[in-house]
Amino acid sequence: MKRALSRLASEIVEENHGADDLYLVGIRRRGVPLAERLADKIEAVEGKRPSYGILDITLYRDDLSTVGASPIVNRTELEEDIGNKIVVLVDDVLYTGRTIRAALDQLMDFGRPRKVQLAVLIDRGREHRELPIQADFVGKTVPTKSSEIIKVMLKEYDDIEAVGIFERPTG
Amino acid sequence: MEKPYRRRDLLGIRDLSAAEIVGILDTAENFREINSREIKKVPTLRGKTVINLFFENSTRTRTSFEIAAKRLSADSVNISVSTSSLTKGETLIDTALNLDAMAPDCIVVRHGSAGVPHQLAKVSQAAIVNAGDGANEHPTQALLDAMTIREHKGKIKGLEVAIIGDIIHSRVARSNIHLLTKLGANVRVAGPGTLVPRDFEYLIDCANPQSAIRNPQLKVCLNIEEAITGADVVMILRIQRERQDAAYFPTLGEYSIHYGLTNDRLNLAKEDAIVLHPGPMNRGIEIASEVADSSRSLILDQVKYGVSVRMAVLYLATGGSMVNG
Repeated sequence: MKRALSRLASEIVEENHGADDLYLVGIRRRGVPLAERLADKIEAVEGKRPSYGILDITLYRDDLSTVGASPIVNRTELEEDIGNKIVVLVDDVLYTGRTIRAALDQLMDFGRPRKVQLAVLIDRGREHRELPIQADFVGKTVPTKSSEIIKVMLKEYDDIEAVGIFERPTG
Repeated sequence: MEKPYRRRDLLGIRDLSAAEIVGILDTAENFREINSREIKKVPTLRGKTVINLFFENSTRTRTSFEIAAKRLSADSVNISVSTSSLTKGETLIDTALNLDAMAPDCIVVRHGSAGVPHQLAKVSQAAIVNAGDGANEHPTQALLDAMTIREHKGKIKGLEVAIIGDIIHSRVARSNIHLLTKLGANVRVAGPGTLVPRDFEYLIDCANPQSAIRNPQLKVCLNIEEAITGADVVMILRIQRERQDAAYFPTLGEYSIHYGLTNDRLNLAKEDAIVLHPGPMNRGIEIASEVADSSRSLILDQVKYGVSVRMAVLYLATGGSMVNG
């Protein structure tokens, strides 16, 4: 995971010709520590820390009326203006693309970034996509079946660092 | 016609557990950020309809609910008594059924009689939110008061809170007593003897609402000075001028002399004590201008947090599914 993140960090810097105007935005929950680590790595290489923020997409979900009890609302934290910045959305897993759609909608309510890119640690493969959304930076593509769940475990939340594939519990 | 009781209704603080109260406050806390955005709107309740059904006058509460609904992208409709069919003889339940036929998702109701929201909750398919019913409860006011206290004191547990004024007629006092004692604060109440029943400690018992056991966290004080001394929070209730004719106290001037909150009286409280008032305030009667305009007065913070609290309440009332709701 560490190597994948280092590679993502250098790809982001290379693609954008440095860290100027970079704004890393983690999507709650697991995109948040990932974005923070990418910011650390970019700072180590470029000597300049990119801006950093957090998006909570709960209020922008398209499945509020079908997900059962109301999901917990957390806070969005975009202290610095995103206007004219190169925003890199960071999430752990790219699956259907619906989370990213919600994040894009929310982002646009905060301003007009110059460019928005997407970095994910794991891409479960295009065949799962329900919206025309692809990642610009991918840590690792892991082909999976819909019957499986992929879980990125980070020490901030899970005490260990690992990526696991599990069978979705049936019934 | 009766539907099963659902937690989606917010009828009073009395029905809620401490965990549920904290859950609403935490949700409201996370809605605060939206109110400081440049674009103060999220699409969360798009397509939901909220009816504000107000049988009593209200500016602040109705506006606050309306803004909360609009910032969540719900459509809100306001009905006030002067324009409603009740003046044409329709019963309350018929009005509710007619509104229900238009399939709203939530009805926010204020009424001069206690229990009206509970009656509506029995017949309506919409989630019912109590915006004040008679002298019973005003749950969103207590929630926004709690949010203000938490913001400035960092906690509620263990605080000493004085509530001063017309306790017996106050739904704000009742909801606050329920909420504050459930979350571990101690509450002292004081006011003219005609407006503060001596056995009030026995009337409200949060742990055992069915029995008349004394609530050990609630204390009736003989005078305002006793209630304020050492308090962390001083909550002043509005003197309802319309009650003056009922001779609960001789004159407004006399009320002000004995029960008005002045700087001298406030100095009996802790040095960092804060002052709350649910509004609208009568300057120079229950609260002196020198207090109302001081930095210890958080009256405008209360109004500000009111929007976040009502956003959270509307979200929790309408955001969930019908399956588990």
